[in-house]
Amino acid sequence: MSDPQPLLALRSIVKRYPGVVAVGGVSLEVAAGQIHALLGENGAGKSTLMKVIYGAVRPDEGQVLWNGRAVAIRNPHEARALGISMVFQHFSLFDTLTAAENVWLGVDKSLSLAEVTRRVTQVAADYGLDVEPQRPVHTLSVGERQRVEIVRALLTRPKLLILDEPTSVLTPQAVERLFVTLRKLASEGCSIVYISHKLDEIRALCHHCTVLRGGKVTGAVDPTQETNASLSRLMIGAEPPALKHAARAAGDVVLEVRDLALEKQDQFGMNLAAIGFAVRAGEVLGIAGVSGNGQQELMAALSGEDARAAPGSIRLFGGDIARASASARRALGLHFVPEERLGRGAVPSLSLAQNTLLTRTAAVGGSGLISTGETARLARHLIERFKVKAAGAGAAAKSLSGGNLQKFIVGREIDADPKLLIVSQPTWGVDVGAAAQIRGEILALADAGCAVLVVSEELEELFEICDRLVVIAKGQVSPSVATSEASIEMIGAWMSGLWRESGRAHGAQVGGTHVQA
Amino acid sequence: MFRLEARPQASPAMALVSPLLALALTVVMAAALFALLGKNPWSGLGVYFFEPLNGRRQMTEVALKATPLILCALGLAVCYRSNVWNIGAEGQFLLGAITAGGVALWATTSGIKASPWVWTPLLMAAGVIGGMGWAAIVAFLRDRFNASEILVSLMLVYIAQQLMNYLVFVPWKDPAGFNFPQTRTFDAMTWLPNLVPQSRLHIGFVVTLVLVALFWIFIFRSWRGFQLQVGGLAPAAARYAGFSARTALWTALLVSGGMAGLAGAMEAAGPLRQLTPHVSTGYGFTAIIVCFVGRLHPVGIVLSGILLSMFLIGGELGQSRLGLPNALTGVFQGLLLFILLACDTLINYRVRWQRSSASAGTAR
Repeated sequence: MSDPQPLLALRSIVKRYPGVVAVGGVSLEVAAGQIHALLGENGAGKSTLMKVIYGAVRPDEGQVLWNGRAVAIRNPHEARALGISMVFQHFSLFDTLTAAENVWLGVDKSLSLAEVTRRVTQVAADYGLDVEPQRPVHTLSVGERQRVEIVRALLTRPKLLILDEPTSVLTPQAVERLFVTLRKLASEGCSIVYISHKLDEIRALCHHCTVLRGGKVTGAVDPTQETNASLSRLMIGAEPPALKHAARAAGDVVLEVRDLALEKQDQFGMNLAAIGFAVRAGEVLGIAGVSGNGQQELMAALSGEDARAAPGSIRLFGGDIARASASARRALGLHFVPEERLGRGAVPSLSLAQNTLLTRTAAVGGSGLISTGETARLARHLIERFKVKAAGAGAAAKSLSGGNLQKFIVGREIDADPKLLIVSQPTWGVDVGAAAQIRGEILALADAGCAVLVVSEELEELFEICDRLVVIAKGQVSPSVATSEASIEMIGAWMSGLWRESGRAHGAQVGGTHVQA
Repeated sequence: MFRLEARPQASPAMALVSPLLALALTVVMAAALFALLGKNPWSGLGVYFFEPLNGRRQMTEVALKATPLILCALGLAVCYRSNVWNIGAEGQFLLGAITAGGVALWATTSGIKASPWVWTPLLMAAGVIGGMGWAAIVAFLRDRFNASEILVSLMLVYIAQQLMNYLVFVPWKDPAGFNFPQTRTFDAMTWLPNLVPQSRLHIGFVVTLVLVALFWIFIFRSWRGFQLQVGGLAPAAARYAGFSARTALWTALLVSGGMAGLAGAMEAAGPLRQLTPHVSTGYGFTAIIVCFVGRLHPVGIVLSGILLSMFLIGGELGQSRLGLPNALTGVFQGLLLFILLACDTLINYRVRWQRSSASAGTAR
């Protein structure tokens, strides 16, 4: 499998943080030209391990061998000098500068901007990366921004390229294009470390896969020989429970959005235009789309955080709520789970008990005083019912892991017996077990007759739990299509705003004969 | 070499230790300062930290000066917890003194007779209304025109001072006052009843302690107080919950304006018994320090209010007994706040000593 001299070898790397061992004795080898997957849940130690390689974190124990020689990589600058490049999950580009200027900032200062622009064009062409160097970054889509990041990493001619969750922001088509680029790079001898928790992608792309769980290696396998189930067992120690997907007869219209248009509030926002859809009792409607296409703005308009919508454009059980406040909407049975947990769904420094008060006000007495016993009881109830790992009702929201806080917030809203539940990114950054639990709770709620609207960037998730799908692109929403009649390819095409063409091509029954795969 | 390392969770112990550490460091620096000024550090420290508590008369004076500091700081704590930066308590204090003083003057000249137990609540209510009105200007400009409440509240302090000057120089000037800029002395029936015989300490101190308890309930147990603080801690969470930012702004400013106005009324009808251009000796500004040293907590504010009051009295004693410049009080106040802010770093960070050469760079 590996040649005698691997390009990079890690020997028993240990990194401790106060209170936790992030990486507990991990060894792995990356051969030249190998696409090496690093698979694990959030908190398994993937990112810490990569930061060790990239010199952003110093290991407490262990050795890093580069071409067989022990090296101490003290900072990212030294890592780049060795030929290691990294593309981070969160981009570090300046919105107001052009693509070329952004790249120029990161490279050797002796080059002129014109020279950098020429080389960007050259590298982009070589790898089919399709980057326009002159365009300001804020006009680029997320996929385009990622390509700028990759071009920047490639300009240094790396021997090892590290990609951290590169596909979380990409459409399925963009993922395919990225894979083509990565395979070409690998064929030229560049090694790639590919961090992900998406099993399908790893099996499609990678030559070798190291699985991490709780900071330890639980498997080093050839992913092409594995199944999703076997990889999942290595990653979480168990197979995710299968979801019960009851066939439901949709009830009355609960939420109706008609001709919703909204001017963006900040410079890099998205205008909403002519948005229309409806959600019925007992069904789950999914909104697919690449982030930044108006999801944030639409959610704020629906939740009441942004109450500027034209009267009549948003109706709940037939009543106009377009201008109602968030608390007034909640009183009518509309509950919302925002995508940001800390700072929006919960106040970081306040306890879980206090955080119940954001949306659950039963503990407030007629005198305007809060019953702290009541808030603590509710918090304990939520912790127990939704299996939240927390020190107790008095634990600060920020002391919980992302997945547990998400369970708490989703649980807080589900436990309120909503008539309409709107959930944004229900399982973002949540580990596989918790994600399955949250999806199960959402489906159970719909089975009980609640109307559910889910916004997610993970298509697999939407296909798994939704009855119908719409796609949001450039601030507009597509017609809806039953999930059973949709395909990933079709939704992927719609995510680029192409539903008008395909709608015309296929006449009235949109997507009806569209299953290609 | 040492470096700061973020704590996984803010240290509650450090939040309590930090003000004490800051006080200790301030004492050390004060001693050094006394030595530099050629005074015996021990007698210098004694004047500030021992003399003000030595004897009943001194202690009533400490309580008297702590009263306006605590009142102003209580209101400011609500503001700062709501992320509303009212730094104009001084102006609201002056307006409270003006409105209460106006009522007292009217009582004095109109000849209406009534018990002090009638006038006391009236004067206090007048002060609250005056302070609230002044703070309402700040709230309105912020609400309507999004004007910075920091600048507006600060600038209104100077307008309030000019208003006070105008009143005591022109319309309200005592006709029998030898042209001094001051009003006539209020009628004795409008004076605040005394709390301790042979002292200047009045019942306002008791009112203040009752308010401390009420503010504790408001901040930690009331629904309205909770909403205000969510707005201060996480504005997006407040929007998500549907808590009105406008209500928070108005409530915070009216509450703090009212408290500062009440303090002004008590000062006018308590120890001063007339209005002069020097009604306030900076209580509204000192209260900002009281507020932060007291951790924005009502009980902490009582303790820090007493401490800062000792500084004020110590400054006067130091001047008369040791010939120290009175400006030293301001220096100590500034030192205390400055050191406290530095010490507060330790709440969220811990100090890690390490050998040199290690310089873990961050990405790009």
